[in-house]
Amino acid sequence: MLRSRVIPCLLVRNNGLVKTVRFGDDKYVGDPINAVRIFNEKQVDELIVVDIDASVQNREPDFKMIENLAAECRMPLCYGGGIKTADQARRIMSLGVEKVAISSAVIQRPSLISEIAEQVGNQSVVVVLDVRKTKNGPDYTVWIHNGKQDTGKCPIVLAKEFVALGAGEIVTNSIDRDGCMKGFDLDLIARVREAIQVPMTVMGGAGSFEDLAQVVRLHGPIGVAAGSLFVFKGVYRAVLISYPSSIEKNSFNKESEKLSNTASKFNDLGKTIKTENTLNSIIKFFTK
Amino acid sequence: MIAIVDYGLGNIRAFANVFKTIRVEHCIAKVKADLKGATKIILPGVGAFDHAMERLSSSGMREPLEELVVHQKIPVMGICVGMQILGKCSAEGQLPGLGWVNGRVVSMREEGLHMNGVLPHMGWNQVRPMHGCKLFEGLGEEPEFYFLHSYCFQTDDPSIIAAESDYGATFPSAVQTGHVYGVQFHPEKSHQNGVSLLRNFAEIQSC
Repeated sequence: MLRSRVIPCLLVRNNGLVKTVRFGDDKYVGDPINAVRIFNEKQVDELIVVDIDASVQNREPDFKMIENLAAECRMPLCYGGGIKTADQARRIMSLGVEKVAISSAVIQRPSLISEIAEQVGNQSVVVVLDVRKTKNGPDYTVWIHNGKQDTGKCPIVLAKEFVALGAGEIVTNSIDRDGCMKGFDLDLIARVREAIQVPMTVMGGAGSFEDLAQVVRLHGPIGVAAGSLFVFKGVYRAVLISYPSSIEKNSFNKESEKLSNTASKFNDLGKTIKTENTLNSIIKFFTK
Repeated sequence: MIAIVDYGLGNIRAFANVFKTIRVEHCIAKVKADLKGATKIILPGVGAFDHAMERLSSSGMREPLEELVVHQKIPVMGICVGMQILGKCSAEGQLPGLGWVNGRVVSMREEGLHMNGVLPHMGWNQVRPMHGCKLFEGLGEEPEFYFLHSYCFQTDDPSIIAAESDYGATFPSAVQTGHVYGVQFHPEKSHQNGVSLLRNFAEIQSC
């Protein structure tokens, strides 16, 4: 059976990787190519790389950087940041990228989705919705330009519209929970999931492997993405790349009851495995 | 020498990277002349069926490929849409396929091949090898590979199904007719299982 995808999301700023909290307060976490190499060894399911300054600075995607990253990736790669035309999307795909992620540009001009889908196929068109809760209500709106501009639009309405135009996957990212590591926004996820019939990936808030497992139990097969969870360790947020083992990942996909009984066992097992892995990772991360 | 056919579709560099890592002699074929000396062929592909057929025809490599595969019986492996165009036709388009494998391409939505209506079929799924297909040698009973597609291969001839997978229902995830192989998943992006499969293809004895 198809299993849920566990996806590290890497943010690029000035050629380095950063991690944000609620879309601000970014902290440098390392070199993109080194991170990709470590994630190759950990056999990650997929990788999302987002250039968070490209759209805000109104510049083109950095094709050279994308080419270098794609050449290194042994796993499917999704790239986002600064894509405004179907031609740019096609060029990025030709560099060895499996999926292109678009956000600001399609919220301003939704027909771009169909244009890109025509060039590269629906299966490779990913729309990212950065979502924030409205001030007084239970509702949500979609924000663009790194969470600086409120579009006033409802994510559920937009998700449906974008799928109808040819989006092959919707990614929701909770700005309120970004970098907080206190769990996903389950209400938002449930509302978008039931509205669309394409694969979905959720992001924003994962603080433990159990947070990932919870979403998988409720909505699997689904993509569960995280930044902080895979790059930080401990309360001081030391940079240390980690990723669940295949045993842990498989455990996410098992039935909820079975899983809750055995979760603690897998956690202990995971810890032992991780200690070894992370030691190797830290050595590699800093020696390159 | 394995020629990776570059007609503008598919992740050519990913294949080249894998072959480089496992030290298999390979080249990227962009024009007819590049196919000279090829003893095996990788035919990648992403996107729409008709678009792939048009691109392959306009690349000028279609006729030489027919000569190599059909007459000289050189092993070929189609990947994703590269597998689908091995068939006779597709529900996704009007153009005929290469017709090297006896089958057609169907819409997974129309055939009820999905879970809760969710398509494309995206992510890691298990592949069950059949008939002892050489591509899967040493890979175990249910190796995982990465899939990304909304159309899939169907055939009335069970003997050509080299592997099956399940997504709501069972579909052929690999086919084989003699020296012509096709896989629906992406070995070039499937970590160690993908590397092993590409190595197996490289080690198949040519006729």
